[in-house]
Amino acid sequence: MSTFRYFAGVVSLELNGEKCTGCGMCRQVCPHGVFGYDQGKALLKDRDACMECGACALNCPAGALSVTPGVGCAQAIIRSWITGDKPSCACGGDSTCC
Amino acid sequence: MLEKFDKPNRFVHRWLLTRAGQVAALKTGWEWPDYLCAAAVRLGIDRNRYLVTPGLYAVGTPGPESPVLVTANYKLTLDVVRRDIRGLDAWILVLDTKGVNVWCAAGKGTFSTAALVRRIQMVGLEKVVNHRVLIVPQLGATGVAAHEVKKTSGFRVVFGPVRSKDIKAFVQAGMQATPQMRQVGFSPGERLTVALVECSRGIKLLGLTLVVLFLIAGVGTDFFSWGRAWHGVRFGFVILLLGFIAGNFLTPLLLPWLPGRAFSQKGAEAGAITGLFLLTILNTGAVLGLGVLLGVIAIGSWYGMQFTGASTYTSPTGVEKEMRLAIPWQIGVAISSLILWRVGIC
Repeated sequence: MSTFRYFAGVVSLELNGEKCTGCGMCRQVCPHGVFGYDQGKALLKDRDACMECGACALNCPAGALSVTPGVGCAQAIIRSWITGDKPSCACGGDSTCC
Repeated sequence: MLEKFDKPNRFVHRWLLTRAGQVAALKTGWEWPDYLCAAAVRLGIDRNRYLVTPGLYAVGTPGPESPVLVTANYKLTLDVVRRDIRGLDAWILVLDTKGVNVWCAAGKGTFSTAALVRRIQMVGLEKVVNHRVLIVPQLGATGVAAHEVKKTSGFRVVFGPVRSKDIKAFVQAGMQATPQMRQVGFSPGERLTVALVECSRGIKLLGLTLVVLFLIAGVGTDFFSWGRAWHGVRFGFVILLLGFIAGNFLTPLLLPWLPGRAFSQKGAEAGAITGLFLLTILNTGAVLGLGVLLGVIAIGSWYGMQFTGASTYTSPTGVEKEMRLAIPWQIGVAISSLILWRVGIC
């Protein structure tokens, strides 16, 4: 989604090239086209497009990806500051988060 | 309330007999209650209870070789899926996501590997189909680990397209997605829809804030002035309403064109545009005028920032960074606005 860009250089996504087997699952699940492919391995083609949803790390059978997953939602983060819990989309069906 | 209009099984076309028992085949066309309820839930009416019974459903006349699509039990989600795959013979495996859509349920953990494996066993899916392939929506990948599903259930997960309108093309292409099918967008229509959802919540907060402003405006050295309270609340109402419109409607609609990447900045810009426009039609003194302008900017910025949760591309790390920068600034502008407003209405 090239129309919309959020901040550069902030996300927690990391790829361990040594562990990567080049299975291609990350490319399949990423909703923002973050991953590319080169010489039998995944690469971070557009790291700043990552929204930290966590789908790639969860679906990496080799454990080569790590990311701190969460919701990019100001309301959830405010709630977590107050309650001290992890930010989560606790709005149920009652808000735009969901 | 919606139950009055949307009776269970109304959207069932007929019943199919399978090796694992009876399965409801769904209609692929929407009827007027579907349209009515879709509009209602988007406005926040009865949204938490708009769900269908989890389990196995059918569309068309699927057989043991037909594809299996996995989805959530939010009724609107199932409605969109059954409408979009008209013409296809397929099974639909509906997980219990407590009436929440696939992407959010995957984030919350109700659309998960465990829930999927459990549901496969509960419906006896291995008896219904001969193959061992499931099509899971791509946005479900936040909760479903394909390799774990394979290990525990024997079913291979293929992640389907992001949008259900692409399912037919995906299946007909031999379960191949184009890069476009894999990308999440944020079209003007989608931005407006999520903005509307936010309204029902905004209205409640508006009412409460007006009561507080009424008191602040009324109380003074003369103990309490009803005239000033009323005068102040009228301007307060205009500030809050315009700020909300700026942050929650103008910001989403102008999202690609408002300069900057921070949503709080885009919201402040939308607020400045709205506030300046307001000043050209509002006849106030300089102090009150500046108070109105700053108020609309602060509230526009706040609601613009809140819109990060409805957007499809903000990362939590980025949102937190933005908030730490923006909130002190927003509070400062809001307090300045409040003081100017209170002085201005005297």
